[in-house]
Amino acid sequence: MLLELQGITKKFGTLVANDSIDLVVKPGEVHCLLGENGAGKSTLMNVLYGLYEPTDGEILLDGKSVTFKGPGDAMAAGIGMVHQHFMLIPVFTVAENVALGDEFTRAGGLLDLEKTRAKIRDISDRYGFDVDPDALIEDLPVGVQQRVEIIKALVRNASVLILDEPTAVLTPQETDELIDIIGQLKAAGTAIVFISHKLREVRAVSDVITVIRRGAVVGSVDPSTSTTELANMMVGRQVSLSLNKAPANPGERTFQVRNLTVLSPTGQRLVDDVTFDIAEGEILAVAGVQGNGQTELTEAILGLQDHASGSIKLKGTELIGLKAKDVIRHGVGFVPEDRKVDGLVGTFSVAENLILNWYNEPPFAKGLAMKPSVVMANAKAKIDEYDVRTQSADSAVGTLSGGNQQKVVLARELSRPLNLFIASQPTRGVDVGSIEFLHKRIVQERDGGTPVMIVSTELDEISELADRIAVLHRGKLMGVVPGNTTRDVLGLMMAGMTADEALGQSAEEKQ
Amino acid sequence: MSSQLQQGDSSRSVLHRIMGGSTLVAVLAVVLSIVLGGILIAVTDDRVAETSAYFFSRPGDMLTAAWEAASGAYIALFQGAIFNPRADTVAQAIRPLTETLTVATPLILAGLGVAIAFRTGLFNIGAQGQIILGATFAAWVGFTLELPPGLHLLIAVVAGFIGGALWGFIPGILKARTGAHEVIVTIMLNYVAVYLVAYLLFTPGFQNPGSSNPISPRLDDSALYPLLLGSGYRLHLGFLVAIAATIGVWWLLNRSTTGFELRAVGANPNAARTAGISVTKGYVVVMMIAGGLAGLAGVAQVAGTEKVLTGGIAASFGFDAITVALLGRSHPWGVFFAGLLFGAFRAGGVQMQTQTGTPIDIVLVVQSLIVLFIAAPPLVKAIFRIDQKKKKKTTKPDQSSEDITTTTAAGGVA
Repeated sequence: MLLELQGITKKFGTLVANDSIDLVVKPGEVHCLLGENGAGKSTLMNVLYGLYEPTDGEILLDGKSVTFKGPGDAMAAGIGMVHQHFMLIPVFTVAENVALGDEFTRAGGLLDLEKTRAKIRDISDRYGFDVDPDALIEDLPVGVQQRVEIIKALVRNASVLILDEPTAVLTPQETDELIDIIGQLKAAGTAIVFISHKLREVRAVSDVITVIRRGAVVGSVDPSTSTTELANMMVGRQVSLSLNKAPANPGERTFQVRNLTVLSPTGQRLVDDVTFDIAEGEILAVAGVQGNGQTELTEAILGLQDHASGSIKLKGTELIGLKAKDVIRHGVGFVPEDRKVDGLVGTFSVAENLILNWYNEPPFAKGLAMKPSVVMANAKAKIDEYDVRTQSADSAVGTLSGGNQQKVVLARELSRPLNLFIASQPTRGVDVGSIEFLHKRIVQERDGGTPVMIVSTELDEISELADRIAVLHRGKLMGVVPGNTTRDVLGLMMAGMTADEALGQSAEEKQ
Repeated sequence: MSSQLQQGDSSRSVLHRIMGGSTLVAVLAVVLSIVLGGILIAVTDDRVAETSAYFFSRPGDMLTAAWEAASGAYIALFQGAIFNPRADTVAQAIRPLTETLTVATPLILAGLGVAIAFRTGLFNIGAQGQIILGATFAAWVGFTLELPPGLHLLIAVVAGFIGGALWGFIPGILKARTGAHEVIVTIMLNYVAVYLVAYLLFTPGFQNPGSSNPISPRLDDSALYPLLLGSGYRLHLGFLVAIAATIGVWWLLNRSTTGFELRAVGANPNAARTAGISVTKGYVVVMMIAGGLAGLAGVAQVAGTEKVLTGGIAASFGFDAITVALLGRSHPWGVFFAGLLFGAFRAGGVQMQTQTGTPIDIVLVVQSLIVLFIAAPPLVKAIFRIDQKKKKKTTKPDQSSEDITTTTAAGGVA
């Protein structure tokens, strides 16, 4: 089925989220939508999927104009969407999830799951999905859950499949498997819209790449276009993707973690007997697929986990048992992985957020009284230094773009003398232009002699920043390897191999 | 801990919506409620009922009657609350205004207590019980201790604050330690307070000797708030305390480190926790301050207007305080003026009933309608056709939707 979008415009009040976008997706073609967060990709897809009504423009299927009142219409017309956040019910089986909303019934309105099971087996066999219709969703790995989402679309006879940031939650190996599946669907004549901001995978998977910036199409290019050129199109100016950092000059290992174990309230081992060091003037990057204990590791260091045992020593001081307030006093800077939830108070002003964890110390407060003029002066200085784009220091931080919000967090954390700097997902949801700046500041902190710990699920970022890489899998440390370790090896470690096994298997495969 | 924080998410979003409403919506809600109240007055009026019998032959009669009923009632309300132009002397003419200020005093104080808890993300429904405890403590000091003037009053005021703070501390510490929901605990404590004072008033330490009624001895004169305008008016020093408390709460919330912590806890407990602010300590501290402020409302009652402790000392001030805090959008000065408005309703309502026969309950209806409209800003906006497009500018739906999908990816795995 040939899908055409003609002059799609979507306005929210005065904000133009999509500005007269044209897009043609042909059967058997993978069409990639590349753009930064906030460029308008999701809005466009929500228009296509019937979630938003376009302000202007037309959607054509095989040359015929259609209007969708909701996702139901879009599905009926053969458009399927796999959301980044899976729409599955964890306690239902695969078959129940697939049937949901489009159930087959027997006479008398009885549910006919058998028919759904047969369909799932059929699709699973055809594309080699290897999905058991009776497995519970919560027992399945993320990669398989994603296949269930794809099956859901295929059962409904989708001939256009939209994949919204499908690789965000996958290991590199699972990503490779997904790319295989996309290849098969393509061969079967399905048109695929692949939304991403990751340059590498976009080039690997797509037939055509359309770059979107600020709601408008910048251009359509061939996948052979270089990553630098794609990045320039995305951002709208020259960006340097490589950091060119100087080699690390590690000093004393002042940060030591020994046998750290973090339990969940129900007794699960979220971080399992982890031991590592970080030296002054060194960046240790913690790699791993999302949800493998990274969050708990950083929170345990900061004193935010109640059930942590083992030892965490910073310059000889034991941090376990200290409150977050005292850990911060010991010179720990922390950029949490989800800045909106843990890093910023959205309704507070930029100025207030810039002192969120040192509001009660001089010069910002004297006794109980805060000093608004000092707070304001500090804000103005930081806004200048970090190039935070905001209307004023009084604006609510929630109104800023992701990149500028992250600059506020970074500015706050790097403005004190630090003994340890921890940044989780420092550039998640941040525009490419700001990534460059944020990375430079992090390396600058390292060069100033601070031990730095970066937690990221993006291998590109890990490779870019790390002097050494620690890999976590299900809370266990799979090993600490040099910063130049290949993606293959890292990918195997992320899937649960120790460093030695991974190096061995990787070498074998090369032979 | 984290589940405890999440549990509050839904109620917090309700709070944000209420506090996020504009002043315009608050004002329009009041206007709308008064109009609807007027219609209600007209509908229940006897003459309107009579004239409606021949509505189709002479519709003018009914409309005139309806207008006269509503406007007459409201004019009486105004005269009872602000200024009585028909009074013989200036002193009598401004008497209604002083009455309004007197009635507003406990409303403002208790309203501040509810508001400061709102700002920290807690629904303090317990102002009623906190007023009762504050009044009980202050009354006991007032009729038992014998102290020099000035000092006696000061101790009574402090005791009232402590009594309320104690009644706030209980839900605060339970919330912090066990996650018990403050709404349920404060509601239950209201009952406990009511029956506690009912019991105390039959015990020798509290019951007026020689009386068989549940009523305490009169407070010593040295423990009473001095009257501000002489014995001709009921207005007492407690009103100045309410003004001072308003300024104090404003300073605390906007200019102090404690207020910074409380607001951070209210707006985003996760970020507050990560920044090293103790969320649980915030809950306890704010509930004590909130209870203390309501306790001061109890002092205003017992040492200002009533002069004795009775079971009905708190009237319905504790519940009206919630409305006052909502109408004032939980901002100290907003609460102050909302308290004045409700004080006027109460003071004027009496006059309205005696002068026009309109039941004072209509004031309650108007008050309730105000809450209803404030809780539903879209309704008010729809009725007045306020352009919503202008507001949308700041929301940037595209960006937020994309950011939401990136940030919730972790949740999707689970």
